[in-house]
Amino acid sequence: MMGMSFSAKPVMAKETPVTTVSVAPSETAAKNEPRISVQKLNFYYGKVHSLHNVSVDIATNKVTALIGPSGCGKSTLLRTLNRMHETISHTRLDGKILLDGADILTQDVTRLRKRVGMVFQRPNPFPKSIFDNVAFGLRVNGHKGKLKEQVEKSLHRAALWEEVKDRLNKSAYGLSGGQQQRLCIARALAVDPEVLLLDEPCSALDPISTAKIEELLFQLKDVCTIVIVTHNMQQAARVSDSTAFMLLGDLIEFKPTAQLFTTPGDPRTEAYITGRFG
Amino acid sequence: MSTGSELQPLMPRHFEKELQELNERVLWMASLAERAVHDSVHSALDSNEALAQTVLEQEGVINDMQMEIDDRVVQLIAQVQPVASDLRFLLAVARINNDLERIGDQSVNIAQSALRVLRHPRVKPYVDLPRMSELAEGMVRDSIRALIDRNIELAQAVLIRDDQVDNLRNQIFREMLTYMMENSAVVFPAFELILMAKNLERIGDHATNIAEDVIYIVQGRDVRHHATDRR
Repeated sequence: MMGMSFSAKPVMAKETPVTTVSVAPSETAAKNEPRISVQKLNFYYGKVHSLHNVSVDIATNKVTALIGPSGCGKSTLLRTLNRMHETISHTRLDGKILLDGADILTQDVTRLRKRVGMVFQRPNPFPKSIFDNVAFGLRVNGHKGKLKEQVEKSLHRAALWEEVKDRLNKSAYGLSGGQQQRLCIARALAVDPEVLLLDEPCSALDPISTAKIEELLFQLKDVCTIVIVTHNMQQAARVSDSTAFMLLGDLIEFKPTAQLFTTPGDPRTEAYITGRFG
Repeated sequence: MSTGSELQPLMPRHFEKELQELNERVLWMASLAERAVHDSVHSALDSNEALAQTVLEQEGVINDMQMEIDDRVVQLIAQVQPVASDLRFLLAVARINNDLERIGDQSVNIAQSALRVLRHPRVKPYVDLPRMSELAEGMVRDSIRALIDRNIELAQAVLIRDDQVDNLRNQIFREMLTYMMENSAVVFPAFELILMAKNLERIGDHATNIAEDVIYIVQGRDVRHHATDRR
């Protein structure tokens, strides 16, 4: 048996309506150009060859899901997209990763991570107020504009504003798990990233909080490109435009989500998504 | 580390058992529908009123099965949220279920026509009607066989035969019109024979739908409105 039993189309809780923020899509990349192009990527943890010649184009202002069994390399691939792998010792990669056509491996890593934000599996707010959590990245980056307005905009985008607007100076630790995760998304959004990487963002959340995050993704893709790693195949089917299936470091199949979940081309994809093999 | 991309079999899926049960119910319903077609036409060909009554009595059984199978499909979709070939199978079963129920209805129409036509002398010896019936029954049988065996070639053979059934219907139409123009006394039984031919032609269409669904289940290819893809 697979997945959760709630509705395939998540319903937002009535008391916490999501604020729709209409922001024009980033103009730095044309819609039909891939935002990120991974070309012949090989990755090694010491002597362990973890990604084998992976090539994939991540479409601009779309949600791309990476699925596959544990150890298939999906989180490794995600981490390479903003060079988070460099925080792990004895790792090595070869191949190319282009962001808007420019090699990310030769760029300033701080600037890169401002452009490519990341949200992790477990909510990890700083031991600070809600406001300071969101403002953190702006302050570090020497934000010159109106801090308060940018924090409010980010909280709106993360569908959290209505729930926290009266307690911005309270500790972020007082929020529920789902709220903390949306706070982390707001924190990532505060610096206006072009790409948002999500590593199993809902795995520690209850179904209602999961539904809110999923609904949020539909809105966020208007303003940034999203790559999400998920173990939940129904979630990948619900939220993503394209899905990549990975297995033991190989990219097996990369297709529009509707196609991959109805007529997968590779028998290994079929076996995995139907739960016959794993 | 191995670079091979192998998947390990997981525990047997409970879902598999449910799919198997559903498959068996569809096959049972198909056998009832196929039997209904045969009996309805043969009640006319063999002047057997009792056989026609049997078809009328069996209709309720087929209708009940349609609702039961629909319930099973809805439950499995809601509970398992199937994807890929599992999803295609369930969607196709929902459609096939509908086609089988309609085949049951067409058989009832034929049986009712048979009961009416039996009150009259035969317009002519039946030649095309048994041929048409045999063809339509064969299409239903083979479409179901293709479903059981997931046999694409057999499904495609069913699609091709649809034209033959259509041709026989046209032939019976023309012939009966001629008889009606010649002799107004045969208008009523000749009209019933036209209705029977029309119903058999619709049964052929439903068998065609089932065969198209088999292709969808196996290959994920929708051939419903693309005649060139069929052959």
